[in-house]
Amino acid sequence: MTKMSGAEALLRALEEEGVENIFGIPGGASMPIYDPLVDKSSIRHILCRHEQGAGHAAEGYAWATGKVGVCMATSGPGATNLVTPLADAKMDSVPIVAITGQVPTPVVGNDAFQEADITGITMPITKHNFLVKDPADIVHTVREAFHIASTGRPGPVLIDLPKDVLIASTTYKWPDSITLPGYKPTTKGNNRQVSEAVKLIVKAKRPVLYVGGGVIKADASKELFQLATTGNLPVITTLMARGAFPDSHELCLGMPGMHGNYTAVTAMQKSDLLITLGARFDDRVTGKLAGFAPQAKVIHVDIDPAEIGKNRAVDVPIVGDCRDVIGKLHAELAKRQDEGDGLPDRSAWIDQLHAWQEEFPYKYDQQPDGALKPQYCVERLRAFADDDTIVVSGVGQHQMYASQFWGFEKPRHWINSGGLGTMGFAVPAAMGAKVGQPNKRVVAIDGDGCFQMTAQELATSATENIPFVTAILNNGYLGMVRQWQELFFDERYSGVWLDPNVPDYVKLAEAYGAVGLRVDSPGEVDAAIEKAYSVTDRSVVIDFRVDPSEMVFPMVPSGASNDDIIVGPEAITPTTDPAEAPIA
Amino acid sequence: MTNHQALHTISVLVEDRPGVLTRVAGLFAARGYNIDSLAVGPTETPGLSRMTIVVNVEDNPLEQVTKQLNKLVNVIKILEHERGSAVERELMLAKIRAQGDVRARIMEICEVFRVNIVDVTATTLTVEASGKPEKLEALRELLNEYGIVELSRTGRIALARGDRGIRERVLKSASA
Repeated sequence: MTKMSGAEALLRALEEEGVENIFGIPGGASMPIYDPLVDKSSIRHILCRHEQGAGHAAEGYAWATGKVGVCMATSGPGATNLVTPLADAKMDSVPIVAITGQVPTPVVGNDAFQEADITGITMPITKHNFLVKDPADIVHTVREAFHIASTGRPGPVLIDLPKDVLIASTTYKWPDSITLPGYKPTTKGNNRQVSEAVKLIVKAKRPVLYVGGGVIKADASKELFQLATTGNLPVITTLMARGAFPDSHELCLGMPGMHGNYTAVTAMQKSDLLITLGARFDDRVTGKLAGFAPQAKVIHVDIDPAEIGKNRAVDVPIVGDCRDVIGKLHAELAKRQDEGDGLPDRSAWIDQLHAWQEEFPYKYDQQPDGALKPQYCVERLRAFADDDTIVVSGVGQHQMYASQFWGFEKPRHWINSGGLGTMGFAVPAAMGAKVGQPNKRVVAIDGDGCFQMTAQELATSATENIPFVTAILNNGYLGMVRQWQELFFDERYSGVWLDPNVPDYVKLAEAYGAVGLRVDSPGEVDAAIEKAYSVTDRSVVIDFRVDPSEMVFPMVPSGASNDDIIVGPEAITPTTDPAEAPIA
Repeated sequence: MTNHQALHTISVLVEDRPGVLTRVAGLFAARGYNIDSLAVGPTETPGLSRMTIVVNVEDNPLEQVTKQLNKLVNVIKILEHERGSAVERELMLAKIRAQGDVRARIMEICEVFRVNIVDVTATTLTVEASGKPEKLEALRELLNEYGIVELSRTGRIALARGDRGIRERVLKSASA
């Protein structure tokens, strides 16, 4: 029981939780926390250039390590700048804790300088938040916050700390236990339901494992591999789950959804059993819900009971942690197959899937002397990288190219903004990932639109010595919006032209203390990538000048059934009928 | 799964902390559902409050809201009362214009409804009525003829019939 300030108690509690890094920016209300950082704490504070960057960096750290990422901001505008990363972390179930300074308690609610009701603002976009009004509550609140952020369905938690609470003296005592009577996530899957699920699996003729981000959150890749290979079950990994199962495996069908490959999309459409693991039937996966996987029975495993039955009726619901439930499914399936007739014969189904893969691969056409294709850049970036390279993307065409063409072999090596679709995610998240995995190469594959939203964190990268590579697929456009305007708005381009020359990305990189490289033609690609990967003491930005007319395919237009997948530009029937234009 | 529009009565046992009401109400507001009535008060356990929420929403979205409510860290337990399975009561105060000979007629109505008169002025009577929401509605309609100056209702509170408390009941969605 030691006397110390609230701020010191906060830092000590964070250390107790294993926190090694905080991404943040100080300000008036949070200054009491910064003073003990000088000599009373082992925690490294990484000074970011924008609180949004700090938030995404904490997310990238959490994605790459599985640990809770921590970001910190002052009251008012500092705190409101965290809103986007908090919403992003909520949608993608990323465990982060945000610490915000607040104006002193006597003036809370008085419109004091730099005051914002951040607990009120972030209520719908955090898993939970706290306003601490007594320094004696700081330590147990930290413990509760980390517990809530990292257990059950993970998510962001915010702790708001008024300045006087940080300054006041308190006694430090680490609580022996956590008292959260309303928070008891179900982690163990019900054995009877597991048996019901396995009954469906052994009978299924066209089963598919529909694998979502929950499998990565639960660190259940090993169990998934056993289940898939034991049951000879094809695997689909959603955008959130890329790398949960190795892309190189013959059972892997890759990404489903709006820009997924033909085989993954069609396998679900024709399937008679979706074994859904930590996925949530997102509209980007299902397309028109009424037309999604019409013949399939559904097993749905999720730690969040609210996801089960939300979008799709379920035949066998199982609430629980994916690692526990997949392990049980595997054990039960192996037992049944040993006792029964062995592995069911699914060769017709598997052969069909392989035939589709053969007939409808992802494709693009890179002419040696033609315009540079973004897909080619991704493939070459992959060719020079090892399986331990962590790839980070923002949102848009570049994100889809990266997911389609990288080839992921391991979990936690693909980081992106899936649910919220946050432009500007890649650069700061890559920085956070590099802090979490300093011995791995981190490559941000970004768009020129995204890059400009958070490029200032390159300064953080330089001053804090956190080197990573950013590959900008620079087409001079907000490319995905441009693609929709081309396909669904009669090529009436509006508000999408950025200009590939503004800013000069090479000069910008150099101004930030990074290496800047420009690639204009296919012949220059390999040399630039080799150069970029050889630099290890600072960040590198490669400005790939790619063909602005290139589009992401396959594509299921928004609101259409997955049966209406468009495999390539040749299959497009342009429409000018506004009634057929997609909404979102 | 039927999907008829109906009034649902939900009891929510929560930790008595600042902001809990906002968290609960926010889940309805974010989906554009209007809360018909809401009553909050202390319970048999110190530190716990009980909310009774009456909301007009279809079954399917209600199930989703209920599941989301259940995820709130400060929410301990939720019980949706099936029609007829709970005792439901409400309190109403109403100030009625009561001058001249109508005063006696109003007092007569109060007697029939077993309603207390709790304040009297030269021109008004204030009545206190409690009971099932339907009874209060009937009373309000009768009193309306004389002129209601102002009226306030607590909103519905409810306890399930039978010998078990809310904490001993298993939530529908939790069994999934």
